Amino acid sequence: MKKTVFVGAFAASALVAGLAQAQSTLEQVKNRGELVCGSNTGQAGFGAPDANGVWQGFDVGFCRALAAAVLGDPMAVTFVPLTSQTRFSALASSEVDVLARNTTWTFVRDVDLNLTFVGTNYYDGQGFMVTRELGVSSALELDGATVCIETGTTTELNLADYFRVNGMSYEPVPVDTAAEAQQQYLAGACDVYTTDVSALASSRAAFAEPGDHVILPEVVSKEPLGPVVRHGDDNWADIVQWTLFALIAAEELGITSANIEELKTSSNNPEIGRILGTDGGFGEMLGLDNDWAARAIAAVGNYGELFANTIGDQTPIGLARGLNAQWTQGGLLYAPPFR
Amino acid sequence: MSDTHAQTVSYVRQTMLAPQEPPRNQTGAVKWVHENLFSGWLNTGLTVISLLVIFWLLSGISPWLLNSVWRAGSLSECRAILDGTSGACFAVIVDRWHQLLFGFYPPELYWRPVLALVLLFVALAPVLFTAIPRKMLAFSALYPFIGYHLIWGGSIWFPITVLLGFGVGAVAYLLVKKINNLAAIFAAILAPVLWWLFVAGPLESSLHSIMPLGLDFVRSDRIGGFLISMIVGVSAISLSLPLGILLALGRQSDMVFIKTVCVVFIEFIRGVPLITLLLFASLLLNFFLPPGTSFDLILRVIIMLTFFASAYMAEVIRGGLAALPKGQYEAADALGLDYWKAQRLIIMPQALKISIPGIVNTFIGMFKDTTLLVFIAILEPLALANAIRADTNWNGIYWELFIFIGALFFIFCFGMSRYSMYLERKLKTDHR
Repeated sequence: MKKTVFVGAFAASALVAGLAQAQSTLEQVKNRGELVCGSNTGQAGFGAPDANGVWQGFDVGFCRALAAAVLGDPMAVTFVPLTSQTRFSALASSEVDVLARNTTWTFVRDVDLNLTFVGTNYYDGQGFMVTRELGVSSALELDGATVCIETGTTTELNLADYFRVNGMSYEPVPVDTAAEAQQQYLAGACDVYTTDVSALASSRAAFAEPGDHVILPEVVSKEPLGPVVRHGDDNWADIVQWTLFALIAAEELGITSANIEELKTSSNNPEIGRILGTDGGFGEMLGLDNDWAARAIAAVGNYGELFANTIGDQTPIGLARGLNAQWTQGGLLYAPPFR
Repeated sequence: MSDTHAQTVSYVRQTMLAPQEPPRNQTGAVKWVHENLFSGWLNTGLTVISLLVIFWLLSGISPWLLNSVWRAGSLSECRAILDGTSGACFAVIVDRWHQLLFGFYPPELYWRPVLALVLLFVALAPVLFTAIPRKMLAFSALYPFIGYHLIWGGSIWFPITVLLGFGVGAVAYLLVKKINNLAAIFAAILAPVLWWLFVAGPLESSLHSIMPLGLDFVRSDRIGGFLISMIVGVSAISLSLPLGILLALGRQSDMVFIKTVCVVFIEFIRGVPLITLLLFASLLLNFFLPPGTSFDLILRVIIMLTFFASAYMAEVIRGGLAALPKGQYEAADALGLDYWKAQRLIIMPQALKISIPGIVNTFIGMFKDTTLLVFIAILEPLALANAIRADTNWNGIYWELFIFIGALFFIFCFGMSRYSMYLERKLKTDHR
């Protein structure tokens, strides 16, 4: 178990070293036969392994769609659970091909950390949760509060900004994971628990007495969460980006995992034809085959189906579409045209 | 006797008094309690305070533990059964114990890690207890290959061809030894490396195509839970002891180059936090390796933990060496023993005996340090606790998982510490 693995892996790495110089991410993924996707260490609804070790969730579904588009098999994904501190290093060091893990798109991350944010798959915002007995109805009444906050996240910085702008003071209680934050909050170590509203809602759903806790009306930040790739491989960034757009456009155009085969033959809408690969040869421009988007949609459904199956209001997480509705429905989802 | 004092003493008793029971407060539990708990005002006060604290702790925890729910499908079911009363929800352990033990190892193959664990104890027995026949050591030497094959599976020819490498090394040593001793040592190192690099791979695939034997392959990322703590802990522990001995000897060596290398290695590893080394293994190493290389993460971690433990081990053993009187070294020289024989027969048996508490201390620390793997995306028990909590059924559960994981670790660490005490008693030859 010890020397054998060492020698085997060493020999293998020496051999592979010669072959693998200067491969693009797409080639690496194809050669490996598998997509490596950086995922959450476990957030209900967004990404976590189920009882059988199969990863499930909203972000996980995006990786499965991407694997279906590139490799033809939605299950050909290895998920690497990453904490908020290690996620960017893991991406930069090529440990993962793509990061789909509730990551907020910010200037510094995009520009200074040499990452490429390809789009937004969930529009979130930071909120505050307090116990009902605290008697607070607005975040502006939180002066002097102790606040449980996850380290290494944008919420930490937003919190400081919000309290400074409003001339209030607070005492941070740093925590590492959502589970720890819930425990600290329930034990009374902090008055306020702050994180993205979606996570607050799923935390509150897990409490013994959800009615004893209120999520304050203020949303103090913009948190566009989306998949991230490394700088410098634009072709790979295009593939990830347009896979996301294909899922969003599919909902807008009414393509679902159920009617996709039927639409391939019967639809006379040219844009549907271009997405499904019966027209235009768009897949080949990406370096894939023309069925790529059809496979992605068939694997996890369109954006709306994926949302409804993992975090929608019929699930225990119970999130409303809100900002994440199509632009035609008053939301922010707006896929560029497939043309 | 009666004659001697017949004139001076008026009465001498001729029979012995029957032995009496000692006074009630000088025996048994009463005496023990009196001496140990209530021997003075101060101690009585401390005893009472301690009892109150213990009572307070138990009255807080035991209702929660005794009122626990063992059968439920989710946390909300648990809460419904408890109906507002406080109680533990150990149903999560019943539901997910297999994941905490094996990670995502395929359930139909659980017999393989279990068999590997049983065989591990068989392989350890002759190492730990001298009463077991010495021939069993051959099995211990083969165990790493058997254990690897059972846990990971794949073609059976892989461990066999790798094992043959050691045979090739031995043959090369014996052949070249006739010409030159030093060259023989180099040959013994070089031949297996060449074998593994160039012969083992093709030989394995051709043997496999002729006779495809083996178990189903299980990928490293399916392995998790306590299984991974055991794999990493046992490998790092068993590798760090020999490496630590070599480093300790190297540090005391007269050869400048060897001494410098050992000192730099030990001081560097000891000066760096373990978590840094683990992050280096998981994140930074990829910058130095050629792109596209996949170098099994478990293997990287085993190497890092081994380095870490061996640096500490080297210092523990150096302490043992320093405690030996100089006369022992001189006696070895006087007997005409060469360096290795002196170490093997005289110095090491004594130095290691002195170092036993320190060595086992390092082992236990090492085993517990495997929980740090949670930070580098390895599914060890704490990481699985996170994953279990992310399931909507069990979101919000906390202490129950930690209690279970803590109990598992306690069993193994306590076992190690009891064994070390047994060993100390057995090897005790002085009369202090």
